[in-house]
Amino acid sequence: MNEYTLPIVFGIAIGTLSRLFMLRTDYRQYPTYLHGKIIHVALGFIAAGLGTVAGPAIMEEEFTAITFLTLAASQFREVRNMERNTLTELDSYELVSRGKTYIEGIAIAFESRNYLVIFTSLVSTLAYLIFNIWAGIIAAIIAVLISHKLMSGGKLKDIVEIEYMEPRFDGAGLYVDNIYIMNIGLPERQKEVLRYGMGFILKPKNMNARSTIANLGQRQAVLHDLSTALGVYRDSGTPALVPLAKRDLDDGRVGVFVLPQERDIERAITVIGDVPTLENAIRMPSEKNSNEGSGAQ
Amino acid sequence: MMLEKFVLAAITTNPKKIPSGTAVFHCDSKEEMEKVAANLEAILDGIAHALTEELYIIVKH
Repeated sequence: MNEYTLPIVFGIAIGTLSRLFMLRTDYRQYPTYLHGKIIHVALGFIAAGLGTVAGPAIMEEEFTAITFLTLAASQFREVRNMERNTLTELDSYELVSRGKTYIEGIAIAFESRNYLVIFTSLVSTLAYLIFNIWAGIIAAIIAVLISHKLMSGGKLKDIVEIEYMEPRFDGAGLYVDNIYIMNIGLPERQKEVLRYGMGFILKPKNMNARSTIANLGQRQAVLHDLSTALGVYRDSGTPALVPLAKRDLDDGRVGVFVLPQERDIERAITVIGDVPTLENAIRMPSEKNSNEGSGAQ
Repeated sequence: MMLEKFVLAAITTNPKKIPSGTAVFHCDSKEEMEKVAANLEAILDGIAHALTEELYIIVKH
């Protein structure tokens, strides 16, 4: 046991705890299975170890040792690939699929959280080594708070107004408000749709939001989360009962049509509002205009 | 090229409007047409779309 033993144990413990803190199973039910959790906790432990030993390496002026962090980067890129492959395979068995954009978002989150663990361990170990354990604890708390802030992205309720709208038929055409969803020919199927169906209108708050919710991946994420939280009235071989989200080309509003098992309007609005704004779906046309403006000056 | 949508069958009560290039089912009444369309929808994993009062198509999406 030397002077680095306790700080290293402290850093690894803090890093692993921060990974556990970030590994929460919510209504989206992922990851639910124990072995999936064990994989991520184990990788978090490795990330914590890598972040922690960087501290003593700096203190000993062993700067070349820091290069092993590049090894960590390639290792955690593999985590992203693993998550992407697993979720893509599973997606074909979902009644309402997540979609590739959502899967990519989840995979990126899993990779980035390991980097946050490295950051937390590094900062807390360094604070312990330079000052004392109390400084280490304070640094750990601050690092966890920063991690928490960085890991929670935007939500749909920040960029759209959500309104419930009863679906209706005009002939064989199904509409949510004035947005055409699909053609359902059979009267029997139409009755089913009117009985179980719910419609929502997502009204973008600005030009950027209009482009973001136009993304097909973002719309699929809404349908998936809604179907996960409220259940879905469909089975394989019933494509007429697939939830859909269509766009009004005039004003960028999106009409969401779902067939949930639990018809709770308030809960559905909450779930839609809590859908994450996918990083790959975010568009900022207004930034382009402002950049052009500043470039012209 | 991969076709994402495809007309699998057409069901009609009007013998004058017979689409070609797909399987056509002739029916005597609207009720029969709806019954045939419902069965085909279930069998073919498609959706029955109403083009007119006399013509349904089953489309694979």
